[in-house]
Amino acid sequence: MGSLVVLIIIVLACIAAPLYESSIAHTDAFTSNVAGTITINGQTVPVLEPSTEGLGLGVNPIAPTWTAQYFLGSDNQGRDVASRILYGGRNTLIIGFASAILCCVLAGIIGIVSGFFGRGVDAVLSRGLDVLWAFPVYLLAICLSVVLISSSLTIGPVTLSSASILLPIVIIGIVYVPYVARPIRGQVMSLREREFVQAAVGAGAPDMRLLRREILPNVLPTIIVFLPLMAAINMLTEAALSFLSIGVQPPDSSWGTIVNDGVGLLYTRPWVAIAPGILLAITAVTLNLLGDGVRDALDPKARLRGAA
Amino acid sequence: MRLHRIATVGVSLLAVGALAACSSGSSPSPSGSSGAAASSASAVPSGSASVGNDSDVRPYDPAHAGGTLTLLAKGAAGTLDPKVNYTLQFWQLYQGTYDGLTAFKHVDGEGSFTVVPDLAESIPDTTNGGKTYVFKLRQGIKFSDGADLTTDDVVSSFQRIFKVSSPTAGSFYNGIVGADACIKAPETCTLEGGVVGDKTAGTVTINLTAPDPEFLYKLSVPHAAINPKSAPTKDAGNTPIPTTGAYMFKSYDPNTALVMVRNPNFKEWSRAAQPAGYPDEIDYKFGLTVEAEVTAVENNQANWLYDPPPADRLAEIGSKYASQVHVNQLTAFWYLPLNVNLAPFDNLKARQAVNWAIDRNAIVKLYGGANLAQPVCTILPPGFPGYEANCQYTNPAGDTWQGADLEKAKQLVTESGTAGQEVTVIVADDEVNKAVGEYVQSVLNQIGYKAKVKAISGNIQFTYIQNSNNKVQISVTQWYQDYPAASDFLNVLLGCASFTPGSDSSINMSGFCDKKIQAQMDDALKTEQTSFDEANKKWAAVDKAMMEQSPMVPVMTPKLIDFISKDTGNYQFSKQFYMLVDQLWVK
Repeated sequence: MGSLVVLIIIVLACIAAPLYESSIAHTDAFTSNVAGTITINGQTVPVLEPSTEGLGLGVNPIAPTWTAQYFLGSDNQGRDVASRILYGGRNTLIIGFASAILCCVLAGIIGIVSGFFGRGVDAVLSRGLDVLWAFPVYLLAICLSVVLISSSLTIGPVTLSSASILLPIVIIGIVYVPYVARPIRGQVMSLREREFVQAAVGAGAPDMRLLRREILPNVLPTIIVFLPLMAAINMLTEAALSFLSIGVQPPDSSWGTIVNDGVGLLYTRPWVAIAPGILLAITAVTLNLLGDGVRDALDPKARLRGAA
Repeated sequence: MRLHRIATVGVSLLAVGALAACSSGSSPSPSGSSGAAASSASAVPSGSASVGNDSDVRPYDPAHAGGTLTLLAKGAAGTLDPKVNYTLQFWQLYQGTYDGLTAFKHVDGEGSFTVVPDLAESIPDTTNGGKTYVFKLRQGIKFSDGADLTTDDVVSSFQRIFKVSSPTAGSFYNGIVGADACIKAPETCTLEGGVVGDKTAGTVTINLTAPDPEFLYKLSVPHAAINPKSAPTKDAGNTPIPTTGAYMFKSYDPNTALVMVRNPNFKEWSRAAQPAGYPDEIDYKFGLTVEAEVTAVENNQANWLYDPPPADRLAEIGSKYASQVHVNQLTAFWYLPLNVNLAPFDNLKARQAVNWAIDRNAIVKLYGGANLAQPVCTILPPGFPGYEANCQYTNPAGDTWQGADLEKAKQLVTESGTAGQEVTVIVADDEVNKAVGEYVQSVLNQIGYKAKVKAISGNIQFTYIQNSNNKVQISVTQWYQDYPAASDFLNVLLGCASFTPGSDSSINMSGFCDKKIQAQMDDALKTEQTSFDEANKKWAAVDKAMMEQSPMVPVMTPKLIDFISKDTGNYQFSKQFYMLVDQLWVK
């Protein structure tokens, strides 16, 4: 329950990003403000402050003010880091959840069809999953991202531009399909041999009815348990891709892109990298805890085992 | 060239032909003399009038000889072959290892632009209307493998330029008689009638097809270094070629280290051209991150790092280690080429809008601040031959950069009818280039375009943006002089002959070719043979005319930071080849 509350707070904060940007930060989170200034304690100072010590080399983004404007300081483009973190959280969460849904839907279909029909259908689908599984997941995601972000993805009449967040959603959603489809396939194969399914078969139920009435209701809890877990994994994958500049494209942000922005400022402005990193970690942990909670809620046997 | 001189300049310049040289007043000339002095003797700079005094050459101090100098770089710079490598990183090392017939003076400051005789006894007067040079070789010079230097080595070295397809074969050396045939069939290159050795007299005669006032400069870069006749007729790769200079290469593994030791057969013949070095050994180690390199130099575990210090360490080294930091102005500039053959920048108003919109001071900040760069409005960097202060796109108006005018830019974009078009900014994927790219993207969005930024590996970005097939609309790039001549910026970067559609070696990235301006440049080149002052005025006019057409956005001229350890002494900065590595003291 606690994890759900934390997650809701994070989600609400991210949803409120435009409000924070316009009413509190009073800066544009997506426009460079290299030559901008800010008033602190009655003094006007540049957002990017040239060093005045020694030889006066280098320019430092303004440090966290811990006040409304530039609460967490600025990045190297003079943009408000706090605003960008909230906007970035929207992208990270959207990509994480959307790709988890896509992954679970695809994996559910493939796992159920493969496990239920078996034989030739299973052989073809399983070998397809094996091929996908043969690639290290990050390597595959990186390859797809590099290719698709340098051009764009066209599927029939639909074209996803290289800057669209639909691209990382599709890429991440696809690369994790085998990880979800495999256990579902195994579960369906097991269910198919159970007495209640065999009884329905004996009663002459057609395949579609078996799938709809006997298999799907028993597989659905597993898929639902997978959802938050995959969302957490996918968020981390998105952050990794964005950190490598092959996920969310500038001027949009995600927690991964902001960590990347902060790497070059680690010595002087560590908060730029640390803050999105902490949020990413908290969100991933809460999603994992939520996944466990959902599993417990949907699996009475597990609860009984826990009680014993 | 670029700081990482990638082999790109060559082919595109085949037709650039006789590039201009020299300068007036305080500006350098290949011969170290003023234009007037040179032109009084012959139509081209004359050797006899050329060699200035050597008062700027520091005497050798044996008390500091010895020790091991440790240099650091994130990565190696590719082949060790001096005829093929085109990177500053290794050209710096070639100064203490290889020699040409002539050399840029190995000194600190302005004098380093002066050409002095190296393996040749003197710089000869030209004959045959400026088309023939007769060099007499110094006697008694040996290669590091013990072989004597002969005229055969010189002749084969010039042939080797073409046989190994040196990146500048088609641009710097295509004026040698016989070069055309060598470019067509490199493997059978003889340069017959072009480079002729006379073993008995110890002379080498070089015949050109036309006078080339910049030829002495071209003889002084590593691609014209003299290698033994036995050197392979293909890229030697990681195998060191014997040297004539103070040092030789002992071993080279691009993944780990390059080791240089003293050349046992070296005896100093000209301190200005090839001075004896101080360290006994120079170890160039590869593989650390730049952050770790900075820390190593701070901790005295290494003497110098090649890579620019990261932005977040600049303030630290500029304050805590100020006495170990050397900041030097470069004759170079950062600019944004605008493709005049592609929408939206095929529209003059759209190009001018970008020039009005980009805040040069903002880019200076992204580079590291006003102490590391200076905003520019012209193609020729301040202080360069032909430079005249002139700023057409600044608000308020002035001869130097004052500020951007976004409103005017928006108005021009609207008038051009290009608002709302998609624009992609292509940048290299290092920290500073990416930051500049993001800034440019932001500005383009503000003035009415839909901009994207695409960062690609620095190893390929420079060639990628040159190829018109890649349909690059706007990019962020840099140009560092090959040698101090206005033509090396104006004619090379925006001359008609520098644009080769569909080629990776099309240095005129804007695809700009204005017949009228080209005629002005041709006239300036011709004028250089008679009056450098007059020619420089013409170059200034060319610069102004080009900026009216706005094929690029000049943004800033950078400075270079050398950070050395506290135990390292005798720092000297050559404006031509940067820090003199072998002159550093570690004892």
